Amino acid sequence: MSIPTTNKQAVEIGKANKRKYMLERVSQRVFLFCALLSVITLLLIIGFVFYKGAHPFVAEGYSFIDFIFGSDWVPSEDKFGIFPMIVASIYATVGALIIGVPIGLFTAIFLAEIASERLAKIISPAVQLLAGIPSVLYGVFGLAIIVPFLQDTFGLVKGQSLIAVILVLAIMMLPTIVTVAETAIRAVPQTYREGSLALGVSQIGTIFKVVVPAAKSGIMTAIVLGLGRAIGETMAVILVAGNSLIVPTSLTDSVRPLTTNIALEMGYAFGTHQEMLFATGIVLFSFILILNFVLAKISAKGGN
Amino acid sequence: MRHFKDNLLRGLLWLSAFLSVAVLVMIVGFIFYKGIGLISFDFIFGDYSPTGDGGIWPMIVTTIYTVLISLVIATPIGILAAVYLQEYAKQGRLVRLIRFATESLTGIPSIIYGLFGAVFFVTTLKLGMSILAASLTLTIIVLPVIIRTTEEALKTVPGSYREGSLALGTTKLQTLYKVILPSSMPGILSGIILSVGRIVGESAAIFLTAGTVAAMPDSILSSARTLTVHSYLVTQESGDIELAAAVGIVLIVLILVINLSATYISKKFNKSTNK
Repeated sequence: MSIPTTNKQAVEIGKANKRKYMLERVSQRVFLFCALLSVITLLLIIGFVFYKGAHPFVAEGYSFIDFIFGSDWVPSEDKFGIFPMIVASIYATVGALIIGVPIGLFTAIFLAEIASERLAKIISPAVQLLAGIPSVLYGVFGLAIIVPFLQDTFGLVKGQSLIAVILVLAIMMLPTIVTVAETAIRAVPQTYREGSLALGVSQIGTIFKVVVPAAKSGIMTAIVLGLGRAIGETMAVILVAGNSLIVPTSLTDSVRPLTTNIALEMGYAFGTHQEMLFATGIVLFSFILILNFVLAKISAKGGN
Repeated sequence: MRHFKDNLLRGLLWLSAFLSVAVLVMIVGFIFYKGIGLISFDFIFGDYSPTGDGGIWPMIVTTIYTVLISLVIATPIGILAAVYLQEYAKQGRLVRLIRFATESLTGIPSIIYGLFGAVFFVTTLKLGMSILAASLTLTIIVLPVIIRTTEEALKTVPGSYREGSLALGTTKLQTLYKVILPSSMPGILSGIILSVGRIVGESAAIFLTAGTVAAMPDSILSSARTLTVHSYLVTQESGDIELAAAVGIVLIVLILVINLSATYISKKFNKSTNK
């Protein structure tokens, strides 16, 4: 073997290695960029929505206080108050929680602790599948069944009401709450149950005094996830809310939550009116951020 | 007394479970009962007509477009992002920031995505109300889903695979493409299928970015309506519950097939790793 050939080979190998290292470095940059894209889009979303929504208050002299606490929303007369919608959103969400959480939680407990394995194996996957049904269909069901039912039972002129929204949202959050809470309850170590039963505590006592407290953080996650689904829901709510611009004083009042306002008027709004819809979005966004913060707190606690 | 309380609680547990199941069965039952009469070959594959007796083929095509376009963009980005987080990144502030951003994106309601899509894709990038604008918005919505499921799949690849491959003198990149990605493929795939479900079920974000035109889209730059938006609009505008329910049947069957195939794939995957 002659020396020049080896040199040439060495150079070739060196070149190939250089290319390989180059490729490694470049691809790592590409991967990093892809991972950073979620940060970038989050910043873009916050930036654009806040820029658009803050514009009327910063540049056009509208009062933010009047926006939040004003009760008149008449875009043609330049009146933008979303207080009724904030109240409607909060009432609807809290109401849905009051109905959906106990039923969902009890169903989860039933599936994890009481039901025979065979029964749970049929019901749990079915409930999981229901979590995937498009939310619009819950709205269609609400309009076709719940609304006429309310109309007939309570003799209402219009069945589309706060209580209809609450019922539809409560049903919609059920699959989420059941699925997540069931997983949390099943994750409680068997020894907890055995220890409690060995002390002579009944099965029901064990469930409520030992198992449920032990699964607390998972159950809280389930509730917050259900809450997130309820507060952000739009199209299903439009169908059953009635969309009147009043501060609801009874369960049978027609309401317009925040999400509904955006979807209903975005199609034809322009100028300040459109910016005010983005401002409505900011208020909704703030609710969600607070929710995410709470969720992060809870899961951090669970980790400890 | 204690027995009474126990029995009461036990009764409530049974009652709640019964209520949940009953209400959910009722919804599916209602959709099928109301809509099944309209389901026919012509309804699914026929062109739309404003008189009401046309089919929903344009909406199915629009739905397929949105699924394909958003997945073509979101899948590679999501997978590579997950690869960075699992295989390359040193756990630290940057990774925490990326994780926080991804989790926050998961929690944002779709109407906010719709607002963003309307101002960014539709107006700023001048795409107009179009399938493309909606698909790009949907891309952002499913990105966190793909990242998370891919990360989970990558976690299940045993460290010995990586070490074995690297010990043979391969580069990190070769190990990634020849060893790690192939062995986590089923997990990644079921994540992608779940994203399809999310896209098919989405309505508010599409409503604000793709518009409501009820016709066969000429191109991805035309405005069109997906199945969910169609179901919403026929209910809202004409109160045609039968039609909305018939569209609902198509949606439920789609979601069912999507979910079952995701479950099937991940089950198969689990079996093969347990061996």
